[in-house]
Amino acid sequence: MLDLLHATWLYAQSHAAEFWGALADHLLLVAVSLSISMVISIPIGIWSSRGQRTVVIDAFSTFRVVPSIAVLFLAIPFFGLSRTSAIIALTLLAFPPILINTDAAYRTISPAIREAAVGMGMTAGQIWRRVETPLALPVMLAGIRTATVELVASATLAAFIGVGGLGLYVVRGFALYDISILLVGAIPVALLALFIDLTLSGVQRHIQVSV
Amino acid sequence: MSAIRFENVSKQFANVGHTAVADATFAVAEGSFVVLLGPSGCGKTTLLKMVNRLIEPTSGVIYLDGQDSRAVDATTLRRQIGYVIQQIGLFPHMTVAENVAIVPDLLKWSKEDIAARVDEMLALVDLPPAQYRDRYPAQLSGGQQQRVGVARALAGDPKVILMDEPFGAVDAITRIGLQDALLQLQRRLHKTILFVTHDVEEALRLADKMVVMKDGRVHQYDTPFNILKNPANDFVRELVGADDMVRQLGLIRVEAAMQPLPPDFTHNGQPTIPQDSSLRQALSLLLGDGVTTLVVTDGAEPVGVLTLRQIQRYRE
Ligand SMILES: Nc1ncnc2c1ncn2[C@@H]1O[C@H](COP(=O)(O)OP(=O)(O)OP(=O)(O)O)[C@@H](O)[C@H]1O
Ligand SMILES: [Mg+2]
Repeated sequence: MLDLLHATWLYAQSHAAEFWGALADHLLLVAVSLSISMVISIPIGIWSSRGQRTVVIDAFSTFRVVPSIAVLFLAIPFFGLSRTSAIIALTLLAFPPILINTDAAYRTISPAIREAAVGMGMTAGQIWRRVETPLALPVMLAGIRTATVELVASATLAAFIGVGGLGLYVVRGFALYDISILLVGAIPVALLALFIDLTLSGVQRHIQVSV
Repeated sequence: MSAIRFENVSKQFANVGHTAVADATFAVAEGSFVVLLGPSGCGKTTLLKMVNRLIEPTSGVIYLDGQDSRAVDATTLRRQIGYVIQQIGLFPHMTVAENVAIVPDLLKWSKEDIAARVDEMLALVDLPPAQYRDRYPAQLSGGQQQRVGVARALAGDPKVILMDEPFGAVDAITRIGLQDALLQLQRRLHKTILFVTHDVEEALRLADKMVVMKDGRVHQYDTPFNILKNPANDFVRELVGADDMVRQLGLIRVEAAMQPLPPDFTHNGQPTIPQDSSLRQALSLLLGDGVTTLVVTDGAEPVGVLTLRQIQRYRE
């Protein structure tokens, strides 16, 4: 076991430049797809929270069971073995947790709080900015956290269509039947996911208000 | 001029068979405390919410200070009307001070004015500002939260305050304390208060005048005493317990029934009672102490005497 880790360490050191590049690619994939996903799914979530429990949310809940690798292969005919395909697959992957949590976050704000706000003469915009959004933030953030962790893990798939990221070492290790190389990808991915999870849950706790 | 005047106000919700409020017409004098009383579902909340236009009437007009309430836009109107709801509705992510500052802030007061106003309001509802200003609602008891709710409604210095069962969720003792505090506030500030409750005791205790409602209709609008004395119909009689004499005595002040001091009056140890106590309190003192005469006082000064016979006579 220790031998294995040692071999992993040596391999990473001997490929240091490549490793940092792969890490940067990985983070870039995550950041880009997370951003696009947030820009699209947060407004949809806010909009859908105002209606009855909607088709939108149910559709996305169902969508969750489609494996991201399937989405990836569906994108390939249109965008080829490209970074675009990878980003599309990852963006779609991040939709459900962000959308569902955003919907729930705004939906579960107590009607009494809204009524008090309207009754005191706040405009719709003021209520949204000063009351609803601050109260919705912790639950929304929980969705973003889930999405980010999923993205960090799933961005590994990008390497299967040759667009880099830490999955590079997973693919290579697999091809060469060398677990130590595979771990050069797998361990940082796991640590990264763990780190992001802990950081965001810390932030979430910090902004959480007790109701 | 009346602070609030309802003129043939009705509300019919879409897809609901019965009328929530039917043809309400009455006027609330400036500075008076008017209580809307009636069983659940009779339309109290609907009537109240039409004043600050959270609900728009189907027909009829509500005049505020003589002006049609639809003449100004709804948010402007609401900033001039204090509003306390049963569930309190404090904003959990804001401190007590931030909650109280909402309306002054919407009215664009200066920072210094707002800070001073917040402290003034908290002191008014008996929450020492230094101690409570920076707390969050979750760090307060239910009764304290209600006080903050009242402070928040008063902060913009509205002339009219709407309160929808504001003390419904607190225990009986806290409730009495809050009622006392509210009465004192009202005496000091002379706001026009429209107060919803389905608790008869609370209504009798607080009201200058009561609106007794059932099935969307106003059955009687009068002072608590007149309603107890002359209930308009059997429903009102039963609801307010008009046949309960002790309840009636609770509404008559000692000074109304007392006799002036006899010329040869000497105070030799009879129990005393303040002149603004109720006859009910006088009665319990008479029975409890086993005496026949009470000395009525204004402050420390004896101003009259009260006997069991006078109480009896007053009832008839
Ligand atoms: N938004 C609404 N849509 C449809 N019907 C409503 C609505 N609000 C109230 N009602 C109906 O109007 C009637 C009066 O309701 P309202 O809330 O005014 O009663 P209330 O006297 O305040 O009762 P409670 O003491 O239970 O609060 C009820 O029959 C209620 O079901
Ligand atoms: Mg009600």
